[in-house]
Amino acid sequence: MTTPAPIQFTPTHQMPAMLARAKDAVGVALVSLLLGIPMIGLHTVDQGGVLAVMTRWPWLLAFVVAMFVGRFVMQFALDHVKLNKAKRERKRPEVAARRPWLTWLGRALLGFAVVLPIAFSGNRYVVDTATTVLIYVMLGWGLNVVVGLAGLLDLGYVAFYAVGAYTYGLLSTHFGWGFWETLPVAGALTASFGILLGWPTLRLRGDYLAIVTLGFGEIIRLILVNWTDFSGGPNGVTSIPRPTFFGLPFSPSTDETTFSSFFHLDYSADHRVIFLYYVILALALLTNLFVSRLRKLPVGIAWEAVREDEVACKALGMNVTNIKLSAFAIGAMLGGFAGVFFAARQGFISPESFVFSESATILAIVVLGGMGSQLGVVFASVLLVLLPELGRDFSEYRMLLFGAAMILIMVWRPGGLIAHREPTVKLGRAPSPVPANQGAQA
Amino acid sequence: MSAPTMNTAGQTLLEVDSLTMRFGGLTAINNLSLNVPGGKITSIIGPNGAGKTTFFNCLTGFYKPTTGSVRMHHPEHGPLALEQMPSYHVARKAGVVRTFQNIRLFPNMTVLENLIVAQHNALQHASRFSLAGLFGRAGYKQAREAALTKAEMWLTRLKLLDIADLAAGNLSYGTQRRIEIARALCVDPLLLCLDEPAAGLNPRESAELNELLLYLSREHHKGILLIEHDMNVVMRVSDHICVLNFGNKIAEGTPEQIQNDPNVIKAYLGEDEADEKEAA
Amino acid sequence: MGQLIQQLINGLTLGAVYGLIALGYTMVYGIIGMINFAHGDIYMVSAIIAVTVLTLLGSLGIAAIPLSLLITLAVAIFFTAVYGWAVERVAYRPLRGSTRLAPLISAIGMSIFLQNMVQLTQGARVKPIAALLPGGFELFTQNGFTVHLAYTQILIVITTVLLLCVFSYLITRTSFGRQQRACEQDRTMTSLLGINVDRTISLTFVLGAALAAVAGVMVTVYYGVVDFSIGFVAGIKAFTAAVLGGVGSLPGAVLGGLIIGLIESFWGAYLSPAYSDLGTFGILILVLMFRPSGLLGRPEVEKV
Repeated sequence: MTTPAPIQFTPTHQMPAMLARAKDAVGVALVSLLLGIPMIGLHTVDQGGVLAVMTRWPWLLAFVVAMFVGRFVMQFALDHVKLNKAKRERKRPEVAARRPWLTWLGRALLGFAVVLPIAFSGNRYVVDTATTVLIYVMLGWGLNVVVGLAGLLDLGYVAFYAVGAYTYGLLSTHFGWGFWETLPVAGALTASFGILLGWPTLRLRGDYLAIVTLGFGEIIRLILVNWTDFSGGPNGVTSIPRPTFFGLPFSPSTDETTFSSFFHLDYSADHRVIFLYYVILALALLTNLFVSRLRKLPVGIAWEAVREDEVACKALGMNVTNIKLSAFAIGAMLGGFAGVFFAARQGFISPESFVFSESATILAIVVLGGMGSQLGVVFASVLLVLLPELGRDFSEYRMLLFGAAMILIMVWRPGGLIAHREPTVKLGRAPSPVPANQGAQA
Repeated sequence: MSAPTMNTAGQTLLEVDSLTMRFGGLTAINNLSLNVPGGKITSIIGPNGAGKTTFFNCLTGFYKPTTGSVRMHHPEHGPLALEQMPSYHVARKAGVVRTFQNIRLFPNMTVLENLIVAQHNALQHASRFSLAGLFGRAGYKQAREAALTKAEMWLTRLKLLDIADLAAGNLSYGTQRRIEIARALCVDPLLLCLDEPAAGLNPRESAELNELLLYLSREHHKGILLIEHDMNVVMRVSDHICVLNFGNKIAEGTPEQIQNDPNVIKAYLGEDEADEKEAA
Repeated sequence: MGQLIQQLINGLTLGAVYGLIALGYTMVYGIIGMINFAHGDIYMVSAIIAVTVLTLLGSLGIAAIPLSLLITLAVAIFFTAVYGWAVERVAYRPLRGSTRLAPLISAIGMSIFLQNMVQLTQGARVKPIAALLPGGFELFTQNGFTVHLAYTQILIVITTVLLLCVFSYLITRTSFGRQQRACEQDRTMTSLLGINVDRTISLTFVLGAALAAVAGVMVTVYYGVVDFSIGFVAGIKAFTAAVLGGVGSLPGAVLGGLIIGLIESFWGAYLSPAYSDLGTFGILILVLMFRPSGLLGRPEVEKV
């Protein structure tokens, strides 16, 4: 600045909105500058074993300008949103509006999911990616029980996924168990793990629980990495048998009956991909059905009540610990199922697949989708799986974006993308006007 | 309706014997003994900080009293030592259900859902830990129907039927108080402990509360233990009043006796003014 | 015997670092009643800044050890404090009065964001740095095993003790400390008394970050290698230390840190290095189960 601006003694509440916004944006830019200097402006690079400091001042400048402009634009947008919100609130109808379009959207998605392998037949990549999306959908629905419904922050969800995967990996390679036999066993085992972890820790406050589950996830991973005799260590478990079609393997071999020979089809590697897709679709749909039914049962209503107010639950005679345990066990079981499928699909598992960032991804799916919303989880999974597929740049920035999205969603829309909550029970009877002599006087 | 209201009118329902609660150096309740009869309204009054809410917390298992005992004479389960029970047992087994001074509803759930949650134990039992419920068995459906009927009954009685499907957290203060009482009633309590139910109510609402309390005790034979500052409520509905000050019981008796008790006047008005009043 | 004493020295040093980070956890917990999940990452940010500053000083030819250490500390504390302030402003303040879960999730998001931001801007590779303060004392030799006490180890332990004293004084004796404790008990009442609650909370985050910054610089100087991922495990361990000592208690945090450091060091030396982290997690779960108020903490009474 060359000429100092005249100092104005204007009370803040009279300050023109524009000036206030500019001041605010300058503040944000300044803080961004300070945050950016050590991270963006300067960086160290390895030059033959010795570090050297390099500078990136243009990047820093771009970052600061972007933050300034971004903040300025955001201010306008926020004011606009606030105005609109106030308008909507005034118009809000007395009874919570139903959202029939959500139901229709769900049905349309389901239809699309069913015909997807046919519509994209021959495009193995699409079906494969869709399978990945569905694994995340299932994991998201499982974690949604714990985080979205019961309100318990589980940062080690991937541990249950790992237990499920290793259960199938080890049982199938050592004892020749099949996919379908392992599924219930793995479910029971992961549910027991959930109870084992939950029993001592569910009495804890929310943030303690979060960090204990985080620790639990790490313990499981450490054991998998270090207990080589049991789990194969960092190399993991290899050549896990793939699931068969009611006993018919998907293989090109001709000496035994295979899927292709039985149905007189030409062998194609796509058959298995498509079959796996339908298996996970079926598992996911069962999960959905199971969870939506549970939500309307006493136990599901109790999960939500515990999320809302534990003390009130106790005062109403509810055993809060047991209710939380049931949520934990069921969430764990669903994660275990997903793990079994994952192992069967990959044919190879290693501790690499079960790191904290995987837990974080699943949590991001639940948070973004709207805690407690089944459809939201689908959208968030599609988004989070497809984003990195768009390009290498995106996959590098994936976790960065997840982290930022988690903060932004909590700040602006804590309910997630789809925040609508459908009541589990409605009176369903036309509200009869209370006669004057009834009611409290009765 | 599941459990028919047990008529415990006239019998001693709750027997508090030399209850003391200390927090570090502070004695919140000092050697308090009190009998609460069934089917009647007993009020606990006293200035702020007299230990009233602490007393409730000791009754309902949220605090463990330092010494003393709290016996609930349950017509079915016999005498129960409330001070040794976890808080959820107090409501589930002993039938002592409370409300909170700062209302604790499930704000994002509808009014009806709030009342259904209160019947969790019965419903969970009927759903055979969700198995019967998952497969839609008849027994569970019946229990669910019964729970809805009970909820509807109390909603009607407390004039909440029209707002049954609205989120509880968005409703007005007075309405939320009524919802909390309705929710507690859905647990089928023998003894209903209300912590300042009239706080924040306008005169008309508090007159309605009077009628409700009398109705509950006379028609449904609920024992009611009431903490209240609003003397219009306390003096009109109470059968028996206990006055606490700094954790000590300073008086006990009928509303008339309490109104004329010099100790009570001193506690409320202070030493000097009480003396002036006596002199006058 | 020699091995034992060496492990004791190493464990105490490690524990002092954990204690420093744990101090930040405990202070922030004290005021907002919540764990700052991004605290471990703040510590990591500081270590990365320390690497940059030390490299820069090296290339400028500033070789005097006390001078370069002081400059590094000052620069790291300054920038890390800005990060601490920003974390509170972005991930915590807008969520005050929101649900229980919301700030936890936003803090997790912040932790993920910081870690990946550093990975992207500074690279994923381990950053080695020449020893700033090499050498030390050889205490004694027994059966061919020489027990070393490095200068950096002395520096770290002394710094921790010093900072513990300073911060204990700050919290118990100064006006800021009183404001901070008042906010902890009743935020609304505190603001009614004319105390700027926002500023007090911000300042607490800044101070917590400054402590993490000191820990980050110390670790850089001690180990000579850091990378973007060191915050995660150090964060959990320091948190365990804070819980073990009793969340909210400053001496407890350092005590807990020392115990965790000793356990890790002995576990690694005598039991199994691969599972040394398991010991920490095990302790965390056991303490939370049987003594959630920790060694020096006050029991928490549930408010009804």
